[in-house]
Amino acid sequence: MWTRGLGCHDVVVMKRTPSPAAPVAGQTSGRTSAPTSGPASDRTSGPAETPRSAYRSTDERWLGGVASGLAQHLGLPVMWVRMGMLVLVAFGGFGAVLYAGLWLFMPAQRHTPSIPPGLDAAARQGKRGGRRERRFADYGPLVAVGAIAVGVLLLITLVSGQTLAYGPLLLAGAGVAVLWWQADEAQRERWSDPSRRMGPVRAVVGGGGWRAYLRIGVGLMLLVAAITLFSLRSGSLTVALDVGLAAAFGIVGLGLMVGPWLLRLSSDLSEEREARVRSEERADVAAHLHDSVLQTLALIQRSAGDPGTVSRLARAQERDLRSWLFDARGEGATTLAAALRAVAAEAEDAHGVPVEVVCVGAAPVTDEDRPLVLATREAIINAAKHSGAATVDVYAEATASGVEIFVRDRGAGFDPARVAEDRQGVRSSIIGRMERHGGSASVRSAPGEGTEVRLSLPSSTHRSREPSS
Amino acid sequence: MSLRTVVIVDDHAMFRTGVRAELGTTVEVLAEAADVDQAVAAVIKHQPEVVLLDVHLPGGGGAEVMRRCALSQRSATSGTPTRFLALSVSDAAEDVIGTIRAGARGYVTKTITGPELVAAIERVASGDAVFSPRLAGFVLDAFAGTIEVAAVDEDLDRLTEREREVMRLIARGYSYKEVGSTLFISIKTVETHMSSVLRKLQLSSRHELTRWANDRRLL
Repeated sequence: MWTRGLGCHDVVVMKRTPSPAAPVAGQTSGRTSAPTSGPASDRTSGPAETPRSAYRSTDERWLGGVASGLAQHLGLPVMWVRMGMLVLVAFGGFGAVLYAGLWLFMPAQRHTPSIPPGLDAAARQGKRGGRRERRFADYGPLVAVGAIAVGVLLLITLVSGQTLAYGPLLLAGAGVAVLWWQADEAQRERWSDPSRRMGPVRAVVGGGGWRAYLRIGVGLMLLVAAITLFSLRSGSLTVALDVGLAAAFGIVGLGLMVGPWLLRLSSDLSEEREARVRSEERADVAAHLHDSVLQTLALIQRSAGDPGTVSRLARAQERDLRSWLFDARGEGATTLAAALRAVAAEAEDAHGVPVEVVCVGAAPVTDEDRPLVLATREAIINAAKHSGAATVDVYAEATASGVEIFVRDRGAGFDPARVAEDRQGVRSSIIGRMERHGGSASVRSAPGEGTEVRLSLPSSTHRSREPSS
Repeated sequence: MSLRTVVIVDDHAMFRTGVRAELGTTVEVLAEAADVDQAVAAVIKHQPEVVLLDVHLPGGGGAEVMRRCALSQRSATSGTPTRFLALSVSDAAEDVIGTIRAGARGYVTKTITGPELVAAIERVASGDAVFSPRLAGFVLDAFAGTIEVAAVDEDLDRLTEREREVMRLIARGYSYKEVGSTLFISIKTVETHMSSVLRKLQLSSRHELTRWANDRRLL
């Protein structure tokens, strides 16, 4: 990782510190664990190891999210898992039992925002659209798979001749499913309930009003219907057996109603602990941000008479906040874009000229790119120092065939033919450096028209580039 | 020529005041609005030529304003259409492309200077697109790799070689005039290319673009 070689660049080094995740932070991203944590102790203890565990996926669910959660865990296509489950259902209902069991024991996945915090917050406050609700578009495959399942069931009943033996089983199953569904809804309510105060009734019912009660009612009715149907069918059995069965069903029913709540209470407790850690961490981040903004404001007040310093301070602070709020990918200093941004930030701070960096295509930064980045740095600093332009534009384009970078200013410009031989800047640290490393550089400039430096470096064969991200 | 009429939509009062002061007498500010409902009402009432629209706005964001205004304008069909210029602190790709796809004619960040903003308003009001270097970069990214697979795609789903060149120059920080003189074409032609790119960005249903947008939860 050549960025270490740039040790003199504070920005690059600073950006690296968040990467060893603080032990408390666990699986949260590096950016939130950030610079408030003490560096030395964290590094020695290493990143916290969390065992990989499967979660029910609440975003992609058809029923309970078991299949999609399992698919994510095993790295299989979801459809395979779903088909597998259905095939297992056809074999004596084993799939249903398995599904129910997994539903029971797999904790639901918490919603973790994958978008930058600034956008996430704006979305939560309804300040931007694009908050995706549950998708309703995918019911085509559901219908198809359902039809196949019904077909398989019918086939089995036809072959085995036990036409109605599944009746009570299906009824009871439906009842159980509705009850479980209800319990899950209650759980979800609990997550989004900010007051966090809950009675046992609410734990089961949720905040769903009549609908929740209706669902519980329907579930109970289905259960009762299943029990009566069963006892009617088994009329030949003794009354004692019927009563015993009814009692057993009653107990099972009760257990099903309260069970989910009891079971999840324990897993929720640990999740709540995790959430508390996370919110404390968030408070730390907010404190850090506010602190840095306060510092900047104080500095701005002190140097109110010096517009250059004020705008430089404001620009640096803006860059800082922007990268916290909107810089999504958490790319660290390992991409070309991040390396160029670090170089640009350094030039901005040193010379007080805003440097706009636009990158197209994603490329990891390798040792071979080092001269390219250093030459870019030289070009930016030249432009900021000598051109007198208000801004400097940097455009980098990474393609399969190589990287091309343009550094452009609209300042004074110069006549390239008349530059003295001893001027180190352009000749050796830009053109010479690029040519030594198999690239090329050209300078286009004329007095009064600004300057554009073009750097290009063809990619070597072993370098693998991803398409745009 | 009469002054361009403008409505400023932003939920920060301080920013609205600042923009108003900066625009001064170069445009006519008809109204200000602080959320989606106010904005829609103001646009329908005043029928401005240009709306300076904040991207993050209580009530569903700038995209929601454009959607609702488009609905009401379709039924009204009178006078010149209102055009939207997005103005935001966020320059995240999701916001920029999302706003353009929702119907904005341009996107500039709030750090833009007064004269540049006036020029952008003028450009948008006369029906052209306003592309910052960053937006041009996002566009190139969104349409990346389309040149190689030419011919099979529909016209809408890729940029022409010329449009790509124009986008690259804009991303390099060239002004329209400089783009024109570099490519030996007129400013009018540059503007035509820009409008055409904007249209493609808004209408394209290209697989990659959709997936690109989908990954960022724009759709």
